[in-house]
Amino acid sequence: MSVLVNRDTKVIVQGITGAHGSFHTEKMLEYGTRIVGGVTPGKGGQSICGVPVFNSVKEAVNATQATASVIYVPAKFAMAAIVEAGEAGIELIICITEGIPALDMVKIIHWVREKNIVLIGPNCPGIITPDECKVGIMPGYIHKKGPIGLVSRSGTLTYEAVWQLTQLGLGQSTCIGIGGDPVIGTNFVDALKLFEKDPETEAIVMIGEIGGSGEEEAAEFIRNNVTKPVVAFIAGGTAPSGKRMGHAGAIISGGSGKAVDKIRSLEEAGVTVAPSPAVIGRTMEKVYQARYGQKSRSRI
Amino acid sequence: MNIHEYQAKELFKRYGIPFHNGIVVRTADEAFKAAQELYDPIRQFAIKAQVHAGGRGKGGGIKMTSDANEVKAFTGKILGKQLVTPQTGPEGKPVDCVLIESTSEIDIEYYASIVLDRSVYKLCLIVSRQGGMDIEEVAHKEPEKIIKQHFDLEQGLSDKDALSAALQLNENKELAEKIAKVFQAMAKLFIEQDCSLIEINPLALMKNGRIIAIDAKINLDDNALYRHQETASWYDPAQEDPREVDARKIDLSYVGLDGNIGCIVNGAGLAMATMDIIKYAGGEPANFLDVGGGANKEKVTAAFKILLRDPKVKAILVNIFGGIMRCDVVAEGILAAMDDLEKSGLDVSKIPLVVRLEGTNVEKGRQILENSSRKIITAASFEEAARKVVGAIA
Repeated sequence: MSVLVNRDTKVIVQGITGAHGSFHTEKMLEYGTRIVGGVTPGKGGQSICGVPVFNSVKEAVNATQATASVIYVPAKFAMAAIVEAGEAGIELIICITEGIPALDMVKIIHWVREKNIVLIGPNCPGIITPDECKVGIMPGYIHKKGPIGLVSRSGTLTYEAVWQLTQLGLGQSTCIGIGGDPVIGTNFVDALKLFEKDPETEAIVMIGEIGGSGEEEAAEFIRNNVTKPVVAFIAGGTAPSGKRMGHAGAIISGGSGKAVDKIRSLEEAGVTVAPSPAVIGRTMEKVYQARYGQKSRSRI
Repeated sequence: MNIHEYQAKELFKRYGIPFHNGIVVRTADEAFKAAQELYDPIRQFAIKAQVHAGGRGKGGGIKMTSDANEVKAFTGKILGKQLVTPQTGPEGKPVDCVLIESTSEIDIEYYASIVLDRSVYKLCLIVSRQGGMDIEEVAHKEPEKIIKQHFDLEQGLSDKDALSAALQLNENKELAEKIAKVFQAMAKLFIEQDCSLIEINPLALMKNGRIIAIDAKINLDDNALYRHQETASWYDPAQEDPREVDARKIDLSYVGLDGNIGCIVNGAGLAMATMDIIKYAGGEPANFLDVGGGANKEKVTAAFKILLRDPKVKAILVNIFGGIMRCDVVAEGILAAMDDLEKSGLDVSKIPLVVRLEGTNVEKGRQILENSSRKIITAASFEEAARKVVGAIA
């Protein structure tokens, strides 16, 4: 078990003939992901890394029975790509594209929720179930199979956290990069629900950052619904307010969005917050051993 | 992206949001002419410095007068100066143009804004009777005086919801209807122009019974600028930190801070975490700088240039998690960047450089740095890197 993707997940790549799309298709195939097709309008009939290219998602789904799609198309076309995937019956859409207007995402999210589609991103590194399925742009080798579920708004900071866990022998069940935009399809609460239900996930790492109130909502949810131990880190504690820190979502405005408030909410909900980004792994190691004891290490 | 008050009011005009008649001027003589043109014996002039920051009144950037000569004198005094307000930081923002308005007397000041509430995927109209003040302070001290009305992007702000919010500001039905119209126009503007914020503070009820947007603040969604060519052309680089403008040109994300340790990092989250860990180790970051998930030699060179030209920077920490990008390529990029910079006359040896590489081909990358003739301090972990860079300037 794992969440959202596993070794049987059939994935198509939208924008497969672009520079990003083709590069990452190769990497995903190397990792063992079942990439069964690609889509680029007007380029049907070609093949990329041995993967057949179709003109539309509908054609690709009909031919391959894919249930998941990963999107690498430019921002201007991303909204149409999400709609096309949804209408063709794709159940899980992972949108890597960055730079999509916020109001477009608001419209899309209402639509995907009505149709019960899971949308991850946009502006995210994707999702990986170690040793089974990698859908996105993360480096595969830093991951290791194991009991820790990880959810994060960041990209490279996620890799940092994963790497710390892996080096300590703490493998991951699934890692979900939910993206750094203000409006995202899957939020912390959605991911926490999945990890809480997943029998293979024994503990959860959550990487947040300044801006918005997703971490506070997560804290509220954890307090009432999550029984597994949670370790968090919030990036941007030293950022001044009113300045956007790279991610469109990472801006402190008004009273909310500050790291101190997020950390307080999480701690009050029983989450262990790593004081420094250098000790995310070690904090989880302690919390994990406190809950499950030393012997559990043999299960890792 | 921020725009000026006079530009925001240009948008208000198109959507029927009432504001005072005004003229934008760029010289003192133009200001005098504008005053003559706007002159009305029963009204006053408002002279307002156009900068991308609030708190202009407190910073001495706004003046009321009924004398056209004073309009000229005050405009001449503030034009070309740096205006420092509680929101600009100590260096202030340049006053390149001034808005002269013909104003009447205010009776009551309200507050109105629209933002996107990302937690519920809806827009939110925020209004208060406590206008003209710092709204964040009101929200903090008297949260019950802030009224929020959520509305759907597809349907817009309905007549009923707009009126119910307006009635909370003024029970007079006729006035509330006028205020509600303003709210609906704001909502339409927000959606059609891809705003991320519209704020009118104060939205005033005048003694003559009119409703007027005294001030106007609009932020636009950067990601949507491609479909709004006119408003995109209103970008005013003079209002930004010049280092941020340089960075933006080459697609780097940079934010200047007050410390002395420059950072070059790939990825926004890791860049923020790097700032945090420097502080944790007892240092102060000079900047946030994200060279992007897949940084190349050109970007690393450009990033070094920005930092080395900043006199505040006393040491540099490079923190790269090479995922898809290999560490040996990053290491070579760093060395090539230093060579380039040296050729262009910058002394790269003066500033201690700590490099922390992690990820693909890390051993090879570290070896390249250690074998080079450059004095580069390498670090194996995040923590060690922070300690070493703070130690380098202690």
